[in-house]
Amino acid sequence: MLSQHSLQALLISVEVALGASLLVLPPGILIGRLLARREFAGKGVVETLVSLPLVLPASAVGYMLLSLFSIDGPLGARNLGFDPGILFTIKGALASAAVMSLPLVARTARVAFEGVDPRLEGMARTLGLGPLATLIRVSLPLAARGLAAAAIMGFSRSLGEFGATVIVAGNIPGRTQTLALAIFSDIQSGRMEDARGLLLITTLLAFAGTYITEMLIRGSSTARRREA
Amino acid sequence: MRRLLPILLLAAACAACVDGVSREGGGLVVYAASSLEPALEAGAAALEEAAGASLVFNFGASNDLLRQILAARQADIFLSADEIQMDRLESAGLVEPGTRVSFLANRLVVVAPAGSGLEVASAADLAGSAIARLAIGDPGGVPAGRYARSWLEREGVWEQVAERIVPVPDARAVLAAVESGGVQAGIAYRTDAMTSGRVAVLYEVPAGEDLAITYSAAAVAGGSRLPEAQRLIRFLQGAGAEKIFGPLGFVVMPRDTDRIR
Repeated sequence: MLSQHSLQALLISVEVALGASLLVLPPGILIGRLLARREFAGKGVVETLVSLPLVLPASAVGYMLLSLFSIDGPLGARNLGFDPGILFTIKGALASAAVMSLPLVARTARVAFEGVDPRLEGMARTLGLGPLATLIRVSLPLAARGLAAAAIMGFSRSLGEFGATVIVAGNIPGRTQTLALAIFSDIQSGRMEDARGLLLITTLLAFAGTYITEMLIRGSSTARRREA
Repeated sequence: MRRLLPILLLAAACAACVDGVSREGGGLVVYAASSLEPALEAGAAALEEAAGASLVFNFGASNDLLRQILAARQADIFLSADEIQMDRLESAGLVEPGTRVSFLANRLVVVAPAGSGLEVASAADLAGSAIARLAIGDPGGVPAGRYARSWLEREGVWEQVAERIVPVPDARAVLAAVESGGVQAGIAYRTDAMTSGRVAVLYEVPAGEDLAITYSAAAVAGGSRLPEAQRLIRFLQGAGAEKIFGPLGFVVMPRDTDRIR
């Protein structure tokens, strides 16, 4: 049912989305935690900056990344002294998906941490656990469902990324051509059969991702209600 | 309501100005290959005078434009970077009989980011290890990419180079890819390369009989503005066109080489 290039696009997409969600999860969790538990000067600005890729056109984010990594850019070959190999490679697709999915991951993680009763963390501290140990042994396990939801959100968002990816990674069949890009190319070239196959697959994946996220979030809130 | 009023007024004003734009957009609609953009934009005033109408441009890869014309028929004139797209338009019965002409010729060049130190003296050099990625128009459809592929095939290096190809959506996107430094080289039109100060031309692809790059113009059948379209097409082959396209590196084709099929 799937042509060779559709299958390649699917594999590349899964690879990119997995990589991007792994890449984004640690900073996403840290930022989510910070925003959920700390008050600091300029918090509003940090919150806004983190959410910016949600509302900016993906092409604008793509252009920022392109400028950053282009040959004379701040992180370009001439400044670094070596070629970071981001542009027109799968690393570029990874970077684009990571940046575009960070807001969703951080926001979902924040909600997950906000659902953890601060008194439990306080007790852990009173009983002699350090801040890091409290985070690892108390907060993370209690927020686990929400954090899993955050990871799946990141994965799903990465699967759908188009605008930044096409600018930073190009649209190279078998290399950087993800599902989203392959659908575009199929339409451009009139391969409607392939486009339909990919449409079906992306819809299924998106449905599964969103459904699981919803279940995780709902599950964590009912659990909390039961505790209360 | 008092608060809403200014917003409503603003919205109404916006609707009015959008409407104004679309009516002004009642000009002659020209779908043109992306490589013609600098020339057509620079010469717009002269072209409008020749046509006796204001012009509305839509630039893109010729294969894309063809698809758009076939799907929605919003174009009055099609300026394609190859003959193939025009053949397709003709076989769809959408070329106004007697209006098709080949009006420009172009060349391919190999370009690299300025100051890269790369040297290319033949197609075989593109198969060397210094070039990990090579940008060309998507050879599956974009004319510039198809021309580039024909050249590489003719020189017998396509097989080696195919793995390194970064296909881009239209001819001018080759320049952007090369300027970014994300590719070590690209194959672009000479005219496009001349518009960028950030790329260096390393090699000029010799024009061959089998690698004739010609631009085809025709009025799209069924348009309501045929007289203006015809005037514009006639102008594209005259001395006035030489003034617009010549300085940018195009070769304006004399009238007797028309290939009206």
